[in-house]
Amino acid sequence: MEKFEIRNLNLHYGAFHALKDVNMKIKERTITAFIGPSGCGKSTFLKTLNRMNDLIPECKIEGDILLDGQDIYRNFDVNDLRRDVGMVFQKPNPFPMSIYDNIAYGPRTHGIKNRSKLDEIVEQSLREAAIWDEVKDRLKKSALALSGGQQQRICIARALAVKPSVLLMDEPTSALDPISTTKVEDLVARLKEHYTIVIVTHNMQQAARVSDKTAFFLLGEVVEYGSTEEIFSMPKDKRTEDYITGRFG
Amino acid sequence: MNELKAYLKRPLSLLLRVAVTAAAILTVVVLIFLILYILINGIPYMKPSLFALEYNSENVSVVPSIISTLYLVGLSLLLAVPFGIGCAIYLTEYAKPTSRFVRVIRVTTETLSGIPSIIYGLFGMIFFVTALHFGYSILAGALTAAIMILPLIIRTTEEAIKSVPDLYREASYGLGAGKLRTIFRVVLPSAMPGILSGIILAIGRVIGETAALLYTAGTVAKIPDGLFSGGRTLALHMYVLSGEGLHMGEAFATGIILLALVVLVNFATGRIVKRFTAKGLQ
Repeated sequence: MEKFEIRNLNLHYGAFHALKDVNMKIKERTITAFIGPSGCGKSTFLKTLNRMNDLIPECKIEGDILLDGQDIYRNFDVNDLRRDVGMVFQKPNPFPMSIYDNIAYGPRTHGIKNRSKLDEIVEQSLREAAIWDEVKDRLKKSALALSGGQQQRICIARALAVKPSVLLMDEPTSALDPISTTKVEDLVARLKEHYTIVIVTHNMQQAARVSDKTAFFLLGEVVEYGSTEEIFSMPKDKRTEDYITGRFG
Repeated sequence: MNELKAYLKRPLSLLLRVAVTAAAILTVVVLIFLILYILINGIPYMKPSLFALEYNSENVSVVPSIISTLYLVGLSLLLAVPFGIGCAIYLTEYAKPTSRFVRVIRVTTETLSGIPSIIYGLFGMIFFVTALHFGYSILAGALTAAIMILPLIIRTTEEAIKSVPDLYREASYGLGAGKLRTIFRVVLPSAMPGILSGIILAIGRVIGETAALLYTAGTVAKIPDGLFSGGRTLALHMYVLSGEGLHMGEAFATGIILLALVVLVNFATGRIVKRFTAKGLQ
């Protein structure tokens, strides 16, 4: 089933045409990777999927983005949308609170106050993000005391705690060391079972390792979108080939 | 030794080093001298009669003044802090930074913070005391003091809010939280140490204030029995005693109490700030 359907999406920042006629369908419970050089629009596109661009003044969006067949700009309350389409950011950004309060922030926001229910959600989310064993004895300690890799998994757990169906990840491993990166990648691969994942990455090996489909962005356009295997073994477009063989970017 | 040799080669460096060291020492010496001077002159007069419950012209008790000071500080914070924080939230989170209204607020607060306190006092007397018929009262004094510390609180809160990383706001919005929740649950708690340090500065200003309170809170040396009764703060007590010239020793003793109060406030707030940061950062 299609999770997202994007039709003729154009996005302008003031006079800058950042996304040009993007059309894309994203299947449920798959991992889609967005690759491309800096400034190609891949992060911008990711952020339109949960309307994070709403926060930027002078950002104009045309076209349709459908989530489960519903237009996210017309048929959704933005907070409900972001609850269903969670996000993990480039730099780990846990709140300066305890690990427990970090994870419980989302559920509390959406009205869950029952203590035992919250305990359950916290444990379940931390387990899902494969960090429960590392932090179960210090849930009341600040999340900022953890290592960068652990912080990022806390952020993933925090995003999972509101029970989204989609997880958007904006270069989630770019600030992490190789070992933490591997852990996050393994985690992403496992999360596919329950979630639709869209991941922006600078790292082409990462895209090749974890994703089912890959979209190559260049200057605000989707140059090529297809199965990861095909994109990396026999790209149809010359520019895609140049990029993945490292001739530019 | 080597250091000395190196300095002898560059006499200008030596001179500068001596000058800055002297400046540092002088600062400490002046402060120590000031405190010692007050202590030496005041301690002999820290007699039990100074702490009598009722003031009379014999014992010149400080107790009514201590209580008036606490009332006044408490009430002026109660008035200024919510307003100041609200204004800072508006300026940082809601207003367009380039709008004309924001510029007007900026100019206004900056001007307010530059006005000598006697002007606040005169304004308070004309407006609160006379026009609104509050009389010389804790309320009139606290309102005047609140206006005086408002710019300070706005400014420090604004800086504190601005220093909260956008990453936190994004994370909160990304979880489906609204603006209000993001501000009250994420931004303000992270900004709390900065906000508290602004509040300490404000407390210090009110405690040490005389000119703005002389004609608003009055100088009645009685424990105030309501918002509309007057009260003499510690600083004013000192001012009045030294003005009368009959109880100089007691004025110094009051100075000691004032100093102790300021140190206490700083210490207490320092602890609170630490606890706030400790919660988040360790």
